[in-house]
Amino acid sequence: MTDTARPMTSVHLSDSSRGRLRRRYARERNFKIVSVSALVLTAVFLVILLGSVVLNGWSGFLTTKLRLEVTYSAEHVDVDNPANGNFRMIVLDGLRERFPDVTERRALRALLGIVSNQGAWDVRDALLDNPSLAGTSRELWLPAATEVDMLNKGYVDRSAPEELRLIDDRTIAWVDALEQDGDLATVFNWTFLASGDSREPELAGVGGAVLGSFWILLVTFVVSFPTGVGAAVFLEEFAPKRRWVDIIEVNINNLAAVPSIVFGLLGLAVFLNVMHLPRSAPVVGGLTLALMTLPTIIITTRAALKGIPPSIRDAALAVGASEVQVVSHFLLPLAMPRILTGAIIGMARALGESAPLLMVGMVAFVVDLPSGPTDPATALPVQVFLWADSPERGFVEKTSAAIMVLLVFLIAMNGLAVYLRQRFEIRW
Amino acid sequence: MILTLVLVCLAVAVFLAGRRKAVSLTGGRTSVLHSRPVYHGFYVALACGLPAMSLWFLVLLAGDWMIDRTVVAALPGELREASGPVLQRFLNDAETLAGGGVPTIGITPELEAAAASFSHLTLLKHWIGFGAALGLGLIAAGLAMRRIDISRRTRQPVERVLLVVLLALAAISVLTTAGIVFSVLFEAIRFFDEVPFLDFLFGVKWSPQIALREDQVGSSGAFGAVPLFTGTLLITLIAMLVAGPVGLLSAVYLTEYADPRLRATAKPILEILAGIPTVVYGFFAALVVAPALREAGAGIGLDVASESALAAGLVMGMMIIPFVSSLTDDALAAVPADLRDASLGLGATQQETVTRVIIPAALPGIVAGFLLAVSRAIGETMIVVMAAGLAANLTANPLEAVTTVTVQIVTLLVGDQEFDSAKTLAAFALGLTLFLVTLGLNIVALRMVQKYQEQYD
Repeated sequence: MTDTARPMTSVHLSDSSRGRLRRRYARERNFKIVSVSALVLTAVFLVILLGSVVLNGWSGFLTTKLRLEVTYSAEHVDVDNPANGNFRMIVLDGLRERFPDVTERRALRALLGIVSNQGAWDVRDALLDNPSLAGTSRELWLPAATEVDMLNKGYVDRSAPEELRLIDDRTIAWVDALEQDGDLATVFNWTFLASGDSREPELAGVGGAVLGSFWILLVTFVVSFPTGVGAAVFLEEFAPKRRWVDIIEVNINNLAAVPSIVFGLLGLAVFLNVMHLPRSAPVVGGLTLALMTLPTIIITTRAALKGIPPSIRDAALAVGASEVQVVSHFLLPLAMPRILTGAIIGMARALGESAPLLMVGMVAFVVDLPSGPTDPATALPVQVFLWADSPERGFVEKTSAAIMVLLVFLIAMNGLAVYLRQRFEIRW
Repeated sequence: MILTLVLVCLAVAVFLAGRRKAVSLTGGRTSVLHSRPVYHGFYVALACGLPAMSLWFLVLLAGDWMIDRTVVAALPGELREASGPVLQRFLNDAETLAGGGVPTIGITPELEAAAASFSHLTLLKHWIGFGAALGLGLIAAGLAMRRIDISRRTRQPVERVLLVVLLALAAISVLTTAGIVFSVLFEAIRFFDEVPFLDFLFGVKWSPQIALREDQVGSSGAFGAVPLFTGTLLITLIAMLVAGPVGLLSAVYLTEYADPRLRATAKPILEILAGIPTVVYGFFAALVVAPALREAGAGIGLDVASESALAAGLVMGMMIIPFVSSLTDDALAAVPADLRDASLGLGATQQETVTRVIIPAALPGIVAGFLLAVSRAIGETMIVVMAAGLAANLTANPLEAVTTVTVQIVTLLVGDQEFDSAKTLAAFALGLTLFLVTLGLNIVALRMVQKYQEQYD
């Protein structure tokens, strides 16, 4: 060979070829960068979303209270009938004593405004708990009004001109005086977790909405779980394999993709206008969501039944079980973990759903806690929607805090589903 | 309610008695029975419970009608001749009064008499009906008990009843679809009686306020839905411009590049994003994204509406990223490894393999996933209710406020309103449109996969 000494000049090593290769590798690198940034972008979205909720919402779990010495004077409280005292006046007298230099009528009214309306009720409850307090003085921690709460949490810009602030200089001075004496405290907001809705942000709570959601989900589960499992068992195990079963199958798959608001229209037309069930009641919301959850449960139950190997069925039939017994003694118990997982995920989705509930009138302003499925109620996501509409600054943190409560419930339910799947699922 | 519970308890007691009798017949060796003791129990319980319950519910349903008739027959002449609604109102009031409530009209002697006869007849209905049901149940139970025997085939009838129950449950899912179609269609037809179909579909002016007075400005409501359709499409388009590329590329990265550990962390992130309630996205859009866009727009001299289509569309895009990504993921994962290996074996880079082999092979699945995502975006309600506008606006400018079909359904129907104004019925016409469009998209998506998906191996 004469040319062994010459450098290799294969076409693959020509300059143009090297250039092409470089370009191809560059494209490869760029493509990889672009696709990983898509994933990163998604993660960033999630962080911003959850971050903004938590940043806005954590302070919703706190509230401001102020310490005040109140006197149950005979002038305002009748010893024989302690429930009927003038407790607002007692609070006002307490404030007057605390700020003796405030005497003008308008200023006194503003001074009373730093205590929440709930304050007078708290003073009354303390007396009812201990009637011997009549005629004596007592130091009580009373809830502050929402403006004071906002100021204390740092949401009021003190440098802004007075007329643009929610709270005037005079009130700020009072609050600062209270704070200096240690009479102002930030405590955990039990009211927020326990009570129903209110027009006053400092008194509003998610308790009513949580209970409402509970009743709704209870109705949803009681209706959709047996129905869905029964329907799936019939379709999967007993229905003759004919054309109409295929039609039902397609129909169920399509039903699962119908927008939730259309289910709301159905609920409005059927449950409210034809059946005349009570408006705003969890029973109607629950039935509407049950229809929405039904396809999910049917689909997961069928998948779970399909996942059981035929050998189990054959073995049971071989030892003399009837077809019904095969299902009730073997297939259903074996499929139950997967069915329950699917049902819990369906319930979690129903918990987060609000559009159909708006349609069946569950957007009412409900102060009382619902004690049954026929009481007027609202649901947690609908409460979020209602508060999100409120202009007051105090409701912004409450909305985010309610979202946090909602997410905690959702995470708990999904966690339970994952646990069930991993703990009980049988791999064939 | 309590009486119904008594009947249920009766059935349970009969079940226990039947099972016990079956066991005692065999002297403990239950294997000689044709059917297991439980079936004998169920057999007698069904024999007793079914007729008793049916009779009881019949009494409850038909009883009210008969009571109404009896009360009406006893009314003085002029009331009996009164028109339907007036009479109905009188009856409702009498029933309220009988139940201890406060009627809407003043208490008259006639009303008191009617109320008295109401409570009397209701009591009668309960006791006669309950007695008959209980008697029937006991007789049936006695007869069935006597038929329990070692060779008696009780399993077959019990199983047959169970199958009928299961069939009925399966029928509910079908009835739901029929219910949606008919309830929405029925109201929509009533709407089209008042507003011509073509005006609805092609009209460009939407202002559903019906005037209270004749001479009011803009007194005739306009129901041209084109601005709503364009608004919906605009927001959906923005959402898909976000979710399409991001969802597709993150699915490509997860299936083609990511190692299993990254996949195991990235998947839950997507699932969390998918599990967040839409009302949370709506709040985020209204509180964070819309003001941010507004400020950014002001910074570069653009006037961005505070309820701009862009804010709602961007957040809706975020919401459907996981949806697009998981459907694309499935489609990509379904492409057989042979194709991938062959392409890489020929010296193609991974990028070339993905763009020239895998994506074309998975295209029907990917397109179907996109169509489902579009259907999802069209039907999405809470984000647009909270972040998009209310006023209909025929524009393609994403910085302006537009309204959508779902927003209008919600605004038309939330709050108390009479049920037969064109305003309310319009919501059902919109709902019908929404239902048909999303249904169509789903069917096309399913078809697409069935028809164009290559069958490998």
